Amino acid sequence: MSRILIQNGRIVDPANHLDAVGSLCIEDGKIKAILTEPAGFSADTVIDAVDKVVCPGFIDLSVRLREPGQGHKGSIATETRAAAKAGVTSLCLPPDTRPTIDTPAVVEFIKDKAEKAGYPQVYSIGALTQRLAGTELSAMFALKQSGCIAVSNASAPLVNLLILRRAMEYAGSHNLLLMYRANEPSLSGNGCAHEGEVASRYGLPGIPEAAESIALAQCLELAELTGCRVHISQVSCRQSVIKIQQAKKYGLNITADVAIHQLHLTENDMIPFDSAYHVIPPLRSEIDRKFLLDGLAGGILDAVCSDHQPHDLDAKLGAFPETESGVAALETLLPLMLDLTRQHGLSLSKAIAALTQRPAEILGLDAGALTVGFPADICIFDPSANWQVNAQNWLSVGRNTPYWGQTLSGRVMHTLQAGRLIYNFQDDSQ
Amino acid sequence: MPIQNLNIDTLFDSLETAIRCQIAERKLKNPLLVGIHSGGAWVAQHMHRRLGLVEALGLLDITFYRDDFSQIGMHPRVKPSQLPPQLEGRDIILIDDVFYTGRTIRAALNEIFDYGRPNQVLLAVLIERDGRQIPLRPDCFGARIALPDGQRVKITGPEPLGVCIQTAVCAA
Amino acid sequence: MTKHLQLTEQGRLKHFLTIEGLSKELLLEILDTAESFAGMSGHQVKKVPLLRGKTIVNLFFESSTRTRTTFELAATRLSADVLTMNIATSATSKGESLLDTIRNLEAMHVDMFVVRHALSGAAHFIAQHTAAHISVINAGDGQHAHPTQAMLDMFTIRQLKKQFSGLKVAIVGDILHSRVARSQILALNTLGVAEVRVIAPKTLLPVQVKNMGVIDLHDMAEGLADVDVVIMLRLQKERMNSAFLPSESEYFRCFGLTEAKLKYAKSDVIVMHPGPINRGVEIDSAVADGPRSVILQQVSNGVAVRMAIMSMAMSGHGVVA
Repeated sequence: MSRILIQNGRIVDPANHLDAVGSLCIEDGKIKAILTEPAGFSADTVIDAVDKVVCPGFIDLSVRLREPGQGHKGSIATETRAAAKAGVTSLCLPPDTRPTIDTPAVVEFIKDKAEKAGYPQVYSIGALTQRLAGTELSAMFALKQSGCIAVSNASAPLVNLLILRRAMEYAGSHNLLLMYRANEPSLSGNGCAHEGEVASRYGLPGIPEAAESIALAQCLELAELTGCRVHISQVSCRQSVIKIQQAKKYGLNITADVAIHQLHLTENDMIPFDSAYHVIPPLRSEIDRKFLLDGLAGGILDAVCSDHQPHDLDAKLGAFPETESGVAALETLLPLMLDLTRQHGLSLSKAIAALTQRPAEILGLDAGALTVGFPADICIFDPSANWQVNAQNWLSVGRNTPYWGQTLSGRVMHTLQAGRLIYNFQDDSQ
Repeated sequence: MPIQNLNIDTLFDSLETAIRCQIAERKLKNPLLVGIHSGGAWVAQHMHRRLGLVEALGLLDITFYRDDFSQIGMHPRVKPSQLPPQLEGRDIILIDDVFYTGRTIRAALNEIFDYGRPNQVLLAVLIERDGRQIPLRPDCFGARIALPDGQRVKITGPEPLGVCIQTAVCAA
Repeated sequence: MTKHLQLTEQGRLKHFLTIEGLSKELLLEILDTAESFAGMSGHQVKKVPLLRGKTIVNLFFESSTRTRTTFELAATRLSADVLTMNIATSATSKGESLLDTIRNLEAMHVDMFVVRHALSGAAHFIAQHTAAHISVINAGDGQHAHPTQAMLDMFTIRQLKKQFSGLKVAIVGDILHSRVARSQILALNTLGVAEVRVIAPKTLLPVQVKNMGVIDLHDMAEGLADVDVVIMLRLQKERMNSAFLPSESEYFRCFGLTEAKLKYAKSDVIVMHPGPINRGVEIDSAVADGPRSVILQQVSNGVAVRMAIMSMAMSGHGVVA
């Protein structure tokens, strides 16, 4: 009968249209009351959230934990701790683990490890095709039964459109959400940067915008044909935003997310050949970034994710094209989202919704909101706390972030998952 | 010689006398005059005229042979060294404006010997001052002076040639 | 950032990775210094002791005979000790990481790396991770830069045209894949030529190429009109196989430099080529061997220019703080 009272915080809950200072009561791991204290409620734990924001815990649609299979880059234990510190209370794990998430055994392994790590809300995303090879359908029903929340092609291509169609039909028949990363390999080739002014100047093989938007268009057409529910993962360019807008306008049931760094960085921010900026999809032009931002503000893009991809040191050491792509992005997610509210006019409510309410809707979870009766997944953060991105303040095994050494503003103080305190900033002082 | 009495023409007269003396004493055969850029080249040009030599004046730029390359790098405008193709067995009169530490002369000798093996090398300078750091010394000089700390002597030119103590009055 | 990587705090050259970030004054200093070395090969003494006691390692991850030999010759003429390593990188044999290769060589007390690599940014990476006293010279990295080649081309242009201002220069060929072209464009613009044109089919031009400070054209008559300098680039055979061009003969018909096409240029135009040349593909033998061609002069300037760059990069390191 654990009772927790969070008091004096500014409660921002977009799902329930709430933005007010007051108290939040938790009992037995569920939300008991908001803005009122039930009569006779005596809390075992009181958290004073004065000058802090209290919101639903973040739901991150793409977080790579690197387990199973890539232990040198991270583990379920280390990366879920980083997630907790980042205010993330539920996360989706893409299927490109090793082995891939294409059998129930792998799903069980992950669930088991996550529970042992004290972070059970790891949602596996099943592979769309066996071994992500793009040729044979995976056992999607079995995967769903064992707990997969969706299926995805990760960043692997399908061998041809017929296989994609069949996979979508099959997923649809089991009412599985397809999370699709759009990329046409014959156009992206071995590109490592956005095909634009910067790549041209520095002689880097480029990935044209069309590589994403063409694959996206094909997927949208097949979504209409097959009736499969589709979520587009990590959109990066203007053309993709336009196509998603058109599809939504014509009534197609699709959603989309964008990685946080795409909303901040462009090809022009890349320090020449600094592999910290090597990401796929690549950092594109200012025009693309503007479109992504406007798309988020206007609801064309539904959610923001971290696209967390921790790497070992060696992965980023080498000539730019031979380094591995990806940013370790969990712990910078909040301050970067808050920057969007500070500098780009995104309302705090929309920002939080993009991390909570919308991902929950996309995944069909009773979460992402401070609704009475929902699991108490809560994030309490200080919007104006400055902190430096360095070894003292970083939990992820991967230190591959372009923000390393920079001072950011906005810091999680407490994170609760189903009413358990999984992160307390006071435990940080080592 | 007192510093105040430095006069460029006097210096040249003294040097010319000294050189003619050495030519006779050492029985130099068809000596080749070689001036070290830049001050030494100016002095050598004047000497070349005074001595009435027919063969063209040789010129050396020691930039590539300096020993302080690692410390201060290299000046880009290196004038080409001009020496006759055959140095074997020649008698050379090496001319510089000021002899100070001796490093310039060491570099010049290294360069000359990279070209070939002369019979002998005579060193003639307009001014020899104190402060030697290498065991070399001129065979002929226009004047010998001692300078207090922080002062340098420079030859200015090419026209008109003058001698100048850095922190004192310049004498033409 | 590139500027700060290449220069010491005093603004002296430390690494030579790319023309980008270098001032016009510095480029002219390189040309003047090369001038001093150029006179040397006529002398009895072909060597100067400037870099005696220094060890220079040629790290060639991409094979090349001509660039490698000119660097070897340049180092030798500066009295340095030279070590050449040809490190084959095949898809199957991964071998040592770039960083490990560097560390192992550093343990042998070397002073300079001359690096050629198949990937853009390799020289930058090495310069950022190598020991503080070591200088890195980029002998060509991927499609990004070949700055020593660009400098010897500028040296050749200055020899023949005296001034850069007012010059119209055309670069013809596979700009997209050419690190030489990228460096040449930067050098020409920094040195203040009037106009840089690139002439190629669209498949061989980088996107937004105009932002590199050039005028892009697809026609030789228009492109060569009134130019003072034509630089022909080598066309690699694989471009035909990867759908960039239909055939060599079509390329030659459109973009190959013949005596007829040369007539569009000024009468005193000079024809350059970084080599090796593909006769009958990008350039006619009559032009390559003709009176306007300065290709061999480029080659002989290569040693002096590299001597200048190497000695400038090595100088001023032993500064006592």
